[in-house]
Amino acid sequence: MNNLVFLPILIPLLAGAITLALWRSSKWQKRVSVFATLLYLTASATLAWQVSQQGYIVLQVGGWQAPFGISLVADYLASIMVVVTGIVAFTAVLYSLVTTPNTHIKFGYFPLLHILLAGVSGAFLTGDLFNLFVWFEVMLLASFGLLTLGGERAQMEGAIKYVTINLFSSALFLSAIGILYGTVGTLNMADLAVKLQDVEQQGLLNAIALMFMVSFSIKAGAFPFFFWLPASYHTPIIAVSAVFAGLLTKVGVYALYRVFGLIFIGDINFTHQILLWMGVFTMLSGVLGAASQFEIRRILSFHIISQIGYMILALAIFTPLAIAGGVFYLFHHIIVKTNLFLISGMTHLLQNTYQLKSMGGLYRERPFLAALFLIPAMSLAGLPPLSGFFAKYLVIEAGIVSQQWLATGVALFVGLLTLYSMIKIWAEAFWKAKPETLSETVKLPLWGVVPIALMAIMTLIIGFAAEPFILLSQATAEQLLNPQSYINAVLGGQP
Amino acid sequence: MKQGFAPSSGLIMRTATVVILPLQLLFSVFLLLRGHNEPGGGFIGGLVAAGAFSLYLIVFGAKASRRLLKVDPKDILAWGLIFGLIATLPALLFGQSFFTAQWLSLDLFGTTIKLSTVLVFDIGVYLAVIGTITTMFFALSERLIGSQ
Repeated sequence: MNNLVFLPILIPLLAGAITLALWRSSKWQKRVSVFATLLYLTASATLAWQVSQQGYIVLQVGGWQAPFGISLVADYLASIMVVVTGIVAFTAVLYSLVTTPNTHIKFGYFPLLHILLAGVSGAFLTGDLFNLFVWFEVMLLASFGLLTLGGERAQMEGAIKYVTINLFSSALFLSAIGILYGTVGTLNMADLAVKLQDVEQQGLLNAIALMFMVSFSIKAGAFPFFFWLPASYHTPIIAVSAVFAGLLTKVGVYALYRVFGLIFIGDINFTHQILLWMGVFTMLSGVLGAASQFEIRRILSFHIISQIGYMILALAIFTPLAIAGGVFYLFHHIIVKTNLFLISGMTHLLQNTYQLKSMGGLYRERPFLAALFLIPAMSLAGLPPLSGFFAKYLVIEAGIVSQQWLATGVALFVGLLTLYSMIKIWAEAFWKAKPETLSETVKLPLWGVVPIALMAIMTLIIGFAAEPFILLSQATAEQLLNPQSYINAVLGGQP
Repeated sequence: MKQGFAPSSGLIMRTATVVILPLQLLFSVFLLLRGHNEPGGGFIGGLVAAGAFSLYLIVFGAKASRRLLKVDPKDILAWGLIFGLIATLPALLFGQSFFTAQWLSLDLFGTTIKLSTVLVFDIGVYLAVIGTITTMFFALSERLIGSQ
């Protein structure tokens, strides 16, 4: 049943419309949201199961055949991303039940969240470059709304940077699409992959490729375009920060994987060499930025950047092992990073601050929460046997095998500094004695802790039962590095 | 902030608005239906209709416009979206791809009337556009007057 591919887009869109129609009742909005995200998770899991059976599921929307209509394509990579999106969405909605202020709900928090999800899953599932642009815009518009809900001064300041740089990126993306269409006359990704093989002016293609690269790197928060991210991600409420941190930059990374794994693979020595340096500098600048920060959410924001660097590095090395590592990194990181943000929300609830200097004593007071923090934090730093260890291990092994000594060295060094940052949070917020200025603590809401625990368990599963996940990543890498099968699946075996 | 969207009291404006409003709404429906085969459609029709309500808003103010509209513009927006999405579903009953247009021809009084899911989708767009624009205008004018 090919229509299954459309469900992860349709469900959040419908949920967005229905929660908007229910704007008078925040109670019903919450109920519909929990139900819709659960449904989304089920649909995406079913989709992933079907993909694992068939390899590809392709839907020609409206019955218009590729390359003239819009194709929706679910392969391993896309369906993994959609499932992880479902997990993040479900846990974020659970977390929002108790932590979102009523004023936010009144101004459309839930509809925006659902539309954002629709944009994200549309971007993952589309097989058409212009359609990808449209989903990017859907996602961005919703994220502008979510970012400014509440209307505080810091939010406006962050949002202006966010909006400006992202509009620039979209304009660049659109121009690149226009030039590409003028060159080869198609925007269907599979058709592009076929037609670009015959284009003779490699120089022109490289120029277009760079435009795409810059545009997606801005969205992914890669060096040197990352500055908007730490300026804006810590300003909205925590559930929004967590969803942004988990999903939005990863859509940019996903687009890089798609475009530089399928379409622009004619001159790898040029494009992927640039990606390599971009990855190295992204890792470094992110982790160094984090080391200088003493605000939990800003530390975490900078770490998004440095982890994005690993994923780009994996794409740049472009061997099956490296891509497998990159894919593993993608889903591991989404879960871990979302969770860390959710936890920072709980610590804020307890101590009413995000500044490490004025926090403390959480380990003595809340040993359970401390344990829940330790799992994703150590996983992010790459300590075995948690999920981050395997992600880093795969990428670094791929680097050694393909003799990228410098990049591999930097990757190891950055891992060490990541550990430093996580230990900094641990030592300051959890370990040191509680400052006397802090008052008595409040009771943590159940629906704030349950999502955190769920995600921590997932991190443990990915770590302790890593083998099936590594096999899955390897299958994904194999599929991604075999564009011909993608082309055949979309275009129906035509040459 | 003094001017804002405060009701304008010009006699000519008031009289003209009362006459123009129904005409403009009729025209918007005409555009909506015309879009079936010729230039027009839900988006442009919705803009024209929203223009009519905006004119009324500028002349008579937000309170009177809310009375005129009777439903909250946010509801119009939401139901427009729901309509548009529902239009993608009938194709499923026939085992086709999402969004595949379904047609129904009716012979009435000697002419053929073609109904389709495309029309439902267009009506959804029409409502969504009216809802969006009027929501924005209401929010802007109420805030400006509120700050006086």
